[in-house]
Amino acid sequence: MTKDHSAAAAEFNKDEARVNWHDETLWFVRSKRDKAVFQIPEWEQLREAGSQIKNHVLSNLHDYLTEFEKKATENGITVHWAADGKEHNEIIYSIIKNEGVNRMVKSKSMLTEECHLNDFLKEKGVEVIDSDLGERIVQMREEPPSHIVLPAIHLKKSDVGETFHQHLGTEKGATDPQYLTEAARQHLRDTFLTRKVALTGVNFAIAETGGFVVCTNEGNADMGAHLADVHIAAMGFEKIIPKAEHLGVFLRLLARSATGQPITTFSSHFHKPREGQKMHIVIVDNGRTTQLGRPDFRNSLKCIRCAACFNTCPVYRRSGGHSYHTAIAGPIGSILAPNLDMAQNADLPFASTLCGSCSNVCPVKIDIHEQLYKWRQVLVQDGHVSSIKSIGIKSMASVLNSPKFYRTAGKLGRFLMKTAPFMVNNNLNVWYNQREMPEVPKESFREWYLRRDVS
Amino acid sequence: MKTFHETSLPIKTMSSREQILANIKTNQPDYQKLDVQFKFDTVYENLFEKFSEILSFVGGKAIVVNNYEEIKADVQEHYKGVKNIATTISELSSLADFNLNISDPHDLEMLNLAIIKGDFAVAENGAIWVSEKHIPHRVLPMITQYLVIVVKKSEIVTNMHRAYERVKVDETGFGTFISGPSKTADIEQSLVIGAHGARGLTVYVLD
Repeated sequence: MTKDHSAAAAEFNKDEARVNWHDETLWFVRSKRDKAVFQIPEWEQLREAGSQIKNHVLSNLHDYLTEFEKKATENGITVHWAADGKEHNEIIYSIIKNEGVNRMVKSKSMLTEECHLNDFLKEKGVEVIDSDLGERIVQMREEPPSHIVLPAIHLKKSDVGETFHQHLGTEKGATDPQYLTEAARQHLRDTFLTRKVALTGVNFAIAETGGFVVCTNEGNADMGAHLADVHIAAMGFEKIIPKAEHLGVFLRLLARSATGQPITTFSSHFHKPREGQKMHIVIVDNGRTTQLGRPDFRNSLKCIRCAACFNTCPVYRRSGGHSYHTAIAGPIGSILAPNLDMAQNADLPFASTLCGSCSNVCPVKIDIHEQLYKWRQVLVQDGHVSSIKSIGIKSMASVLNSPKFYRTAGKLGRFLMKTAPFMVNNNLNVWYNQREMPEVPKESFREWYLRRDVS
Repeated sequence: MKTFHETSLPIKTMSSREQILANIKTNQPDYQKLDVQFKFDTVYENLFEKFSEILSFVGGKAIVVNNYEEIKADVQEHYKGVKNIATTISELSSLADFNLNISDPHDLEMLNLAIIKGDFAVAENGAIWVSEKHIPHRVLPMITQYLVIVVKKSEIVTNMHRAYERVKVDETGFGTFISGPSKTADIEQSLVIGAHGARGLTVYVLD
């Protein structure tokens, strides 16, 4: 049984210095985003454009996807459709098997994380090597990524040094990022040169031209794809955009929102396989059509996976990505995950203060915090919330519904906290884990109001 | 108001493709027209200055030159004694000792320096469009240890909206915007240049 978000976060919070460091590191990324954004006077209009283009796409998905399929096929790309993660994995396995190989190099694809492709292929005897540096680090440690853009953001350089010492034979105790990155470069270069099948994700797929765009800073998607005999690109169907000219909006928004860079180092546009190469695209549903049918939550499909909402979220920064026990963590992950499995992910929409910072930084204007709030209502109504929480909510509702009861309860609370604090401040009350309560006032506001001098 | 379509009931006779498309058709919201402004003007006093500033921010270097002879002299000075240099630019062929006329791109692995032509550059993000029109192998700008791109000063556009007016993305099978050398900050957010691709990028801007 996976720990729920608050239990996992409590574990993460045991090392206070590390939590503070995690918090500050992500805030630093958020600050870089701000710096980049403030240089674009039309930023808010760009966000609006990004949002409207995506709204338009969602309303015309059927036609754009069939247009894309037609053009991509004309370009010489084989298009596959997968209803769920299982079918996605099976399609990819059959392509690999067809090539007569048992290993593959992969650049970043959160979709393959969502579908648990690596585990599936491992069981089939296929070795997968993740080529994004952060992903390779967590893969060696047999951990999932803790962040969709910065997969190893939960680790310190000493952790990476230890991992590379074990797996790549670097010097024990080495922590210099330059040295460690160089070791990974050599190791992965050998991988790129020897793999016949490469898988990449897709950032944007263009309906008009039947091509797709993959963005990386490291160049790992290009190194893998251009050296392999077979290139497989996996995409959720919401990655589609109408025309190439719309990339002007999204490529201006994406990297600035993600890391504060003006654009990623490589924004590679694939339209045809190179001579002698085979190219496949796997278009995946895996719950997306269900989300599309939920008017309150379909906006989550506009996401371009920049992770700005992670970096700004006070809960994410202080609980770490692994607390979310899902491929996509953070605020956006918390509105995507309940769609996939309500019972398993019922805790996630509660992992938020509803402060709204996520919605404010979202480059495509997804109403993330409002959806978190709406999910809470759906989850309570459908009985997916623990009885303690729903009893708490119900008793709160009855107290707030009756002014008389409210006044008595307030008085009782003040009395208890003053005379018998252990009744409140004990292990049963989780609110006291990291908190002290303020001193109890002598009287309530109402009591003061009634006896005040009105002259 | 459309009714919610329960997608967990597979219709046996349909392929996944048909099933997904049918579910999309049922569940997608009412058609919403696209009439928002999505192209914007950017004004820079000096396009080259801006390009150069952003390129150095992303770890590259821009150098203005008047002709190919100046590029030759500068490359010879900076890459003295370096072997395995290739170029796609005929005016610079005397710099090269590596012939790109190979069939297997894996043979490019030993390349130390590649000098290629860029179609045009973008001031707002230091990116240069490089396509199959000018590179014989897609992996060339990534697999080389160091990369040099030559672009004309008159071919700098302001922003990405203008860039997509310039480029027909499906004119060739592959094209990419390159902004600076390959980099990563995956180890404790420390920036390291030279992750998998080129360890350095110099852009010669032909006046």
